[in-house]
Amino acid sequence: MAQAGGFSFDLCKRNEFLEARGMKGPGFTKTGTTIAGVIFKDGVVLGADTRSTAGTTVADKNCEKIHYIAPNIYCCGAGTAADTENVTGMVASQLELHRYATGTQSRVITAMTLLKSHLFRYQGHVSAALVLGGVDFRGPHLFTVYPHGSTDSLPFCTMGSGSLNAMAVFEAGYKDDMSKEEAMELVARAIRSGVMNDLGSGSNVDLCIISKEGVEYKRNHEYLQGKTYERQFPQRFAAGSVPVVRERVYDIRKAVTVVEGEPMEMES
Amino acid sequence: MEPGGMAQHDFLSQPVSMGTTIMAASYDGGVVMGADSRTSTGTYIANRATDKITPLTDSIYICRSGSAADTQNLSRYVQWFLEQHGMELGDEPEVKTAAKLAQMMAYQNKNFLQAGLIVAGWDKHEGGSVYAIPLGGTLVKTPFTIGGSGSAYIYGLCDKLWRPNMTEEECRAFVVKAVSHAMARDGSSGGCIRTVTISKDGVKRTFTPGDQVPVAAGELPPPQRAVPAQV
Repeated sequence: MAQAGGFSFDLCKRNEFLEARGMKGPGFTKTGTTIAGVIFKDGVVLGADTRSTAGTTVADKNCEKIHYIAPNIYCCGAGTAADTENVTGMVASQLELHRYATGTQSRVITAMTLLKSHLFRYQGHVSAALVLGGVDFRGPHLFTVYPHGSTDSLPFCTMGSGSLNAMAVFEAGYKDDMSKEEAMELVARAIRSGVMNDLGSGSNVDLCIISKEGVEYKRNHEYLQGKTYERQFPQRFAAGSVPVVRERVYDIRKAVTVVEGEPMEMES
Repeated sequence: MEPGGMAQHDFLSQPVSMGTTIMAASYDGGVVMGADSRTSTGTYIANRATDKITPLTDSIYICRSGSAADTQNLSRYVQWFLEQHGMELGDEPEVKTAAKLAQMMAYQNKNFLQAGLIVAGWDKHEGGSVYAIPLGGTLVKTPFTIGGSGSAYIYGLCDKLWRPNMTEEECRAFVVKAVSHAMARDGSSGGCIRTVTISKDGVKRTFTPGDQVPVAAGELPPPQRAVPAQV
């Protein structure tokens, strides 16, 4: 029957019925995670483990959980992998357009507000638990963003299933105005305690250091759990292992004619 | 939660809520607002230094209790409305306008929100005033009010201690004492005590670190800090 318009909840009813009869719906890939960040003397350090899980199975042993937001802002994600990836991607492109429109550097609080507005609108159904950090003209900033759309501003913060382990390390070792090296060591130690003691977290430690001078993205800063098995196929051939049978050099300038065009008119 | 999954911590699936103690009291010439600093998700303290006293305009503030997400976003809407209203008015908005705006948001969306609010501030028409907006979304103008889970423990204390025409210092001491007693008995309240004092002279903030909160009967004194608190 043709519908006049509006929403249709037929499939919701069907799913409710099937679930009542004992059907299990498909699950999501969740990143049981340890992510953390601290503010130090002239910037922020973000950290993350690299395990991605689907139920109790490790889905990816070396995934990236520190996402790009802007040249001066990065964001660690915990929760449903699809949601953290897409929500950070959306905000990154909104901020890119905003930079083109205004010609100014993006501010961390703008990223935070865009994230919380989106997450609040979806009332917790977008499961993204984030640690957002960056440096703008006001200095370093660090925020946690919860799936329901609440935010906290703190000098050190942790998120994910390993957040208790990481927070214990922070509470014991945090100092105001640390040097970059001290801050990196503290964050790495916090993530490592998640990797070692939390089932949902594991593998390696990624770090991202953001300061006024720029960004250092240290992928696999600590390579704790290396590969136990090297892939056999496709085979890697050493350079020069195939003999050269024939060699022919073409001058493509003879085959192509370059036509100069008029620059396109654009409204200013 | 994941079916048959590993042990998940409840704070990942539970909304962030502020089991809270908040209050506001008027004195001769202004208002004092007070709050603890604990934000919890289930049994985990997500933030032990929260600021639950949020500005709506330069001289009107709101104390938030209930869901952190709901009250933060509601406050952002009210801030935005008041900024526009202030521009149309060509003057500072009145406290009663701010309170009515917050109440309308709370009442019209009552089925989707968990928000217990206190709006207080100073304007040139009525001086200092305090408005309570409890969970149902009603609006009550009152000389003083308390809110959040911790308030249940201090009704008697506040009824006994509050009196009209206090000085600023007396009123602030009353607020700090009341909040510290609520923190002593309510598990969902704790941490530090923040106050905001608003009068014709502007806004003053105080911060009482956790180890300087007055100890209640039967409590041990806090241990010595390695580094002195930065207030």
